[in-house]
Amino acid sequence: MNIFVLMKRTFDTEEKIVINDGVVDEEGAEFIINPYDEYAIEEAIVLRDEHGGEVTVVTVGDEEAEKELRTALAMGADKAVLIDMEDFDEEIDHFTVAEALTAYLKEQDYDIILGGNVAVDDGAGQVAPRVAEGLGINQVTTITGIQVDGEKVEIERDVEGDVEKIETSLPLLVTCQQGLNEPRYPSLPGIMKAKKKPLDTLDIDDLDLDEEEIAAKTKTLDKYLPPEKGAGKVLEGEIDEQVNELVSLLKNEAKVI
Amino acid sequence: MNNTMEMGVKGAGFLVGEVQADQVFTPEDFTEEHEMIAKTTEDFVLGEVVPVKENIENHEFDISVKLLKQAGELGLLGADVPEKYGGLGLDKISSSLITEKFARAGAFSLSHGAHVGIGSLPIVFFGNEEQKKKYLPALATGEKIAAYALTEPSSGSDALGAKTTAVLNEEGTHYILNGEKQWITNSGFADVFVVYAKVNGEHFSAFIVEREFEGVSTGPEEKKMGIKGSSTRTLLLDNVKVPKENVLGEVGRGHVIAFNILNIGRYKLGIGCVGAAKRALQLAAEYANERKQFNVPIASFRAIQEKIGTMATELYAQESALYRTGGLFEENMSKLTAEEQENGGKVAAAIAEYAVECSLNKFAASEMLDYVADEAVQIYGGYGFMSEYEVETIYRDSRINRIFEGTNEINRLLVPGTILKKALKGELPLLQKAQSLQEELMMMMPEEPGDAPLEQEKYLLHNMKKVFLMVAGTGAQKYETALEKEQELLLKVADIVSDIYSIESAILRTEKAINKNGTEKEALKLKYTAVFTEEAVNRIEQTAKESLIHMEEGDTLRTMLSMLRKLTRHNPIDVIALKREIAKEVLKEQKYVV
Repeated sequence: MNIFVLMKRTFDTEEKIVINDGVVDEEGAEFIINPYDEYAIEEAIVLRDEHGGEVTVVTVGDEEAEKELRTALAMGADKAVLIDMEDFDEEIDHFTVAEALTAYLKEQDYDIILGGNVAVDDGAGQVAPRVAEGLGINQVTTITGIQVDGEKVEIERDVEGDVEKIETSLPLLVTCQQGLNEPRYPSLPGIMKAKKKPLDTLDIDDLDLDEEEIAAKTKTLDKYLPPEKGAGKVLEGEIDEQVNELVSLLKNEAKVI
Repeated sequence: MNNTMEMGVKGAGFLVGEVQADQVFTPEDFTEEHEMIAKTTEDFVLGEVVPVKENIENHEFDISVKLLKQAGELGLLGADVPEKYGGLGLDKISSSLITEKFARAGAFSLSHGAHVGIGSLPIVFFGNEEQKKKYLPALATGEKIAAYALTEPSSGSDALGAKTTAVLNEEGTHYILNGEKQWITNSGFADVFVVYAKVNGEHFSAFIVEREFEGVSTGPEEKKMGIKGSSTRTLLLDNVKVPKENVLGEVGRGHVIAFNILNIGRYKLGIGCVGAAKRALQLAAEYANERKQFNVPIASFRAIQEKIGTMATELYAQESALYRTGGLFEENMSKLTAEEQENGGKVAAAIAEYAVECSLNKFAASEMLDYVADEAVQIYGGYGFMSEYEVETIYRDSRINRIFEGTNEINRLLVPGTILKKALKGELPLLQKAQSLQEELMMMMPEEPGDAPLEQEKYLLHNMKKVFLMVAGTGAQKYETALEKEQELLLKVADIVSDIYSIESAILRTEKAINKNGTEKEALKLKYTAVFTEEAVNRIEQTAKESLIHMEEGDTLRTMLSMLRKLTRHNPIDVIALKREIAKEVLKEQKYVV
């Protein structure tokens, strides 16, 4: 089975994030594989071990993303591909990334493509579905279970906490939700093997893409951190007074009712 | 020039040679693989060990064993075991990083450390082919757990005074071991013990003893001040029949194994201390930012900032010194032929070259950790005294590091002792240097170093090496062979040597980073180096003064003290201001940063 994983390098949202002039300061940020993409990598390895074939992890980014690709290789992926946007002069958004990935995948022989449900940095969840559309293949999002039997695929997906069971067929793109699996740690033998595995770099010329045609369709106007959580307020007095006070605060101060 | 440069990378050679920045390994030289190995270790510890820390503290050792096996599956037990025997045969920096990152696991790091270090390494280095084939694959995966049994109730520092005996049976097939080994880490669940005993009560030797052997048993768990989650028991040997094939190395040569294992054990202990200190500093910085008194975070108080600044500075110096030593091991081992690298004895000898550095690392890093842990508790105030807070555990766990793997006093005594031995063997041109020093010092005019980055630090470092020669040389001349009785003096010499190694390690690391990234990007490293050097030079001056006053009197003393003043004279720097700036960075990132 030919398995592809769409991976994104993101900053760690659990670490401190600094925003300067609407841009996340990358200097101090810690970078990781998007956690949802880790589920995708893990599931890809499990599928390969069960059905044979190869796992190729693809990312769109710059040279820095090689580190995360190596991590994916250390987890057990077989090949990695970096679509390098270093020399891309236009703005990049989810459309651009999806176009680059689609162009790359069109030339590949794939049975299943796995991606994360969303990326934790901007939470758009657009890229993978766009790729499926671009390739004209089946897609199922937010999966929490998958069984492949020949061409037939049985999937469990998360629907706002409920489970939906779906049957579909290859070729297929899925996006992975928390609960699908427990991603493995890259083992030390895995890390040592990773440096010998192929990591290819392509740019958009290699993909026969035109910069202007895939330039961003959206523009990010601003980015800012959520307001810092203020101190809580403890209401005092008789219970009736407290209720009145609370209602008035919710109405006039928080303006939620 | 070439000669002194070569000298700089020999064991203790830094005292007489010149070391260049590109000759030292620094944490900035970690490769991508190193970072990934560190990350896997960290993720494993955070994901698997930290959630069950309390169970481990309560002696649920089945969890410790399960975790060790899990670590084995990830390759975290096989770094020092050659590939040929089921390990990974990684470089010493990789295995150091694993040790550093395991520190976060608290007492469990002892279970890991004792297994991969003193438990497995005797077989890695000194086992014969059959022994390696038989034991190492299972140790590398964690299928079997190892322990090391040297100490006895009546022999601690005097390890060779062991009372455990081994007598060859009449058939000549087995040694019969009898005795009691004390405070054996991992003893509650270890399968394989490296046990030291005296053959016929005389010839100190090492044996591989399996738990399964008849007559092997362990006592109850000890109740300890710290590292409560590690298993510590007495190992009882009652007429244990050990096949003679299980003699490790040669009969009567057990001390070679014991001392070699201690070298690497001391280094690894130092690395663990660096890891624990980073955690303590992180907790202290987070807490200082969070805790409010008088309506402001206590981090805004300069008294707290000074603590944070000092903690981070000491950490920088020790981290630099430790990884420098690790780099020296690597460097020396890379000189071995492929065949020699297979030979554990040769590898151990390549490490033993740096016995002085290992001892320095051991006592300096463990005292740095004790200091950092103590201040972390202090920053937490009353909360730091409460068991729910991690700093309380770190504080208790820290204390043992100054005691085991050779007390810090034993390690200090070893420093001048080993240096002197090297000098007498002609490995270090110490005596020649000391002789020419007298004349040199009489002629010496204090210089005014320029204000280029690191210029004053380098000037002072150069002079501190002369202070060492003056103190140690005077001691050797005055007391000759009776010098070993002058223990206070020997301890002081060790302190001077330690500060020299740390200053130099900090300077060279900072210089190497500046050569790569420029001074602007490495401003923090420069601050660390400036503060550490200033304080260390002041310490050295005081220590040297006390030593000289003890040894000399009258005009000779006056002359020597005036030379000392010349050597230590410099433009003092404002450490208070620099520590504020350092603290600002650490508090901003809420962790140790460089």
